[in-house]
Amino acid sequence: MQKIIKITILFIFLFVIGIFYVSLTRDTNYNTSNLINKDVPEFQITSFDESNFFTRDDIKKNNYTLINFWASWCAPCKIEHPILMKLSQKKNLMILGINFKDKELQAKTFLSELGNPYDLLAKDKNGKQSVKFGIYGIPESILVNKELIIIQKFVGPLSVNDYNNIIKIIESL
Amino acid sequence: MKLNLLIFIFIFFSKFSFAKENIIDPNLIHKNLRCLVCQGQSISDSNSDFAQTIKLVVKDLIDEGKTEEEIYSFMSDKYGDWIVFKPQFNIQNSLLWVLPYIFLIFGGFFIFSFLKKRQ
Repeated sequence: MQKIIKITILFIFLFVIGIFYVSLTRDTNYNTSNLINKDVPEFQITSFDESNFFTRDDIKKNNYTLINFWASWCAPCKIEHPILMKLSQKKNLMILGINFKDKELQAKTFLSELGNPYDLLAKDKNGKQSVKFGIYGIPESILVNKELIIIQKFVGPLSVNDYNNIIKIIESL
Repeated sequence: MKLNLLIFIFIFFSKFSFAKENIIDPNLIHKNLRCLVCQGQSISDSNSDFAQTIKLVVKDLIDEGKTEEEIYSFMSDKYGDWIVFKPQFNIQNSLLWVLPYIFLIFGGFFIFSFLKKRQ
């Protein structure tokens, strides 16, 4: 009986240690890995000038599309802007910019001062469309291929490493 | 007369029960969703930009006729299981759901046999 008690106590102790180890080493940060290799969700987003809508069909026309969520009030968006300008020169890549919860005038000023890297420009006034893409803060970017599969998602401003990564993917065709 | 009364009772109660089934409390859903940009707050507790957007989307999904489970599933699909406070039952977290019951049964059995032996 004594032996069973000791084994049980040891088992419970090891179990508690195991739970603590798993819980403390688990990454609780938002993880985008579950979106990779999934289809782009159905969406219908208003163009920036409110003249028409963009849908998944607009993405199908290009080998690769980078969907970039940005706003004029977002400081990290300014940091990544030169990288977007460089990416806009690549023929294989279309950039769809989605202006997130922004004022039209300020967004226009932002683009006229820093340059417009976007082939298509849309707006998400209340942020509802962004939820479809699993966006929780901006800037965020999603690289999509012609088959409408999400290849990569970038949370935060695009870095030089991200730039190199995107170039590597789009030039591998 | 009796038939009319029966029809009235049937319609009244069936409408009442349908109405009850369709009501989804958005606050309950907000409380069960985690604010990803906050420190341990639910969507209900938070006034962050993210929480406000999620509240709008939850409202839209309810208006579209989605059930509570469908809304949690939609959110998990977009943001991962971390967004839901109550984890869904799957292979990865099956131990989390099953172990307490196993402990309860074995613990009870253990205490029972221990006390029986002492007597």
